[in-house]
Amino acid sequence: MTAPAPNSTAPKSIGAEKIKVIVSAIVPLNNLVTRFEFKRIDGYQFPTFSGGAHTVVEMQDGDLKRSNPYSLMSDPAETETYAISVRRDDQGRGGSLFLHQKVQVGATMTLSSPVNLFSLDLRARKHLFVAGGIGITPFMAQIKQLDAVHGNWELHYSCRSPELGSYVDELCAKHAHSVNIYYDDKKQSIDLENLLDGQPIGTHLYVCGPKGMIDWVRRSAASAGWPDAHVHHEEFLAPQPGKPFAVRLAKSGLSVEVGEHESLLEAIERLGVEPPYLCRGGACGQCETDVLESEGIFIHRDHWLEDDEKSSGIKIMPCVSRFDGKILVLDR
Amino acid sequence: MSVFKFPESIRSRPVYGILEPRPGRSHLMIADCEGAEAILDLAAQASDLMANTHIIFIPNGTLFGPKLQELNPAQYYEGPSFAAALSRIQRVLSDAVMGLQIYLTGTEGMMGQAQNEAMQAGYDYTAIQTEHRGSVARRMQCVHCKGITEDVIIDPFECSHCGLNLFVRDHYSRRIAAFQGVCIDAEDPGNVPASVELYS
Ligand code: FES
Repeated sequence: MTAPAPNSTAPKSIGAEKIKVIVSAIVPLNNLVTRFEFKRIDGYQFPTFSGGAHTVVEMQDGDLKRSNPYSLMSDPAETETYAISVRRDDQGRGGSLFLHQKVQVGATMTLSSPVNLFSLDLRARKHLFVAGGIGITPFMAQIKQLDAVHGNWELHYSCRSPELGSYVDELCAKHAHSVNIYYDDKKQSIDLENLLDGQPIGTHLYVCGPKGMIDWVRRSAASAGWPDAHVHHEEFLAPQPGKPFAVRLAKSGLSVEVGEHESLLEAIERLGVEPPYLCRGGACGQCETDVLESEGIFIHRDHWLEDDEKSSGIKIMPCVSRFDGKILVLDR
Repeated sequence: MSVFKFPESIRSRPVYGILEPRPGRSHLMIADCEGAEAILDLAAQASDLMANTHIIFIPNGTLFGPKLQELNPAQYYEGPSFAAALSRIQRVLSDAVMGLQIYLTGTEGMMGQAQNEAMQAGYDYTAIQTEHRGSVARRMQCVHCKGITEDVIIDPFECSHCGLNLFVRDHYSRRIAAFQGVCIDAEDPGNVPASVELYS
């Protein structure tokens, strides 16, 4: 059995292809992190994916529709169930709170087809993973993918405390020799300098976690002479809430007020316009939009635009960036 | 004059840069012929690299060897041909750890083959620095018999394996480390234009 053909209306981007699912299990892992498992409603199988892929989860919270990307952490070859693990963010826009508090087993939801912006380089002789906190999720899928082909990998995973160490037990039980755990509250930390020294040629380094950790790992690798092409990172950039602002879409001839807890991209989608996107996290570049007119200050949050593009005021990444001012006209 | 500026061509054609010192735990520099001059230039910018540098040099009749040795690299090897140096290169790569920087300079054929070895060791080719120096002769693969002819300097040329008259293309294979040569008189056997020297 294969997945059905996509809907007749051609999707704008891969990420726009939708799968209707039912929440089949909700498993709290600890105080902060809960796993959500999904099955397809139409009885077909999910597409297989590659480790590191994410899915965009649509959440209808009253009038508000949020779409947040989460790494798939189930086995990439498993086509009956998809799973994500979500860390509750009490400061965020409410996407994770919605999942944690309002979603129940049996609820129907919509996921996007998987998109991978953090894939393994399968030419690697060895995969060296560095994870911080909830940044473990893409590695859960990558480890399963590599295990299926007896790949060579090693994980260094740093967590706040044993209580908050999601999947530590499972990882250690299965892979005692490949997994190294570090607890902040025990003053344990990754000895990065030594870790990077002596890795066999052909090793690829992957890091996922808080921004500080990603910067630290990338900087250390670069100064130790690791080529960029061997260093991969994924930063979880959730859109941040902010002051509401108005935007006019020149092509569609529509105007909308972007709410405090909604991203510019979500506000545009609310109008029925379907702009392109993949990551919804400021990393992939898909949603890049031309600014036709503006009066005010851009709040750029993406990792995509170059600094000069950011200051030029002629481009914006609506998935994560906002605006503070009187006039904003976009080429949409 | 050992520096030649290649005209722009199709995307398949490799492009070369200018070697620059990069931070690294160790440095592997492989050169043939006038490539030695690029290493001398590099060392002039960053003499401290040499303490952790392994130079593999294929002089091919040039006399740069003593000058390179004067740089006092951690290790120095001179071999009569790429084939002779190959087992050394493979050994160095298989023992290497991340933090190694790779610099290739000299003829296209040598750089292509050395790059291929590094790729097979798992090193991303985009991270390998290359600088062309010296001859513009090419390593060519006959697309018909698959035989390799080294040091091709005229176009068209005769395949040294099957004897077909081959047109020198810019179409390049990284895997084979060779440009592709295609029969020029397949439609009209014997109708072969006079050969000209490459880039003349
Ligand atoms: S959707 Fe990827 S950068 Fe906006």
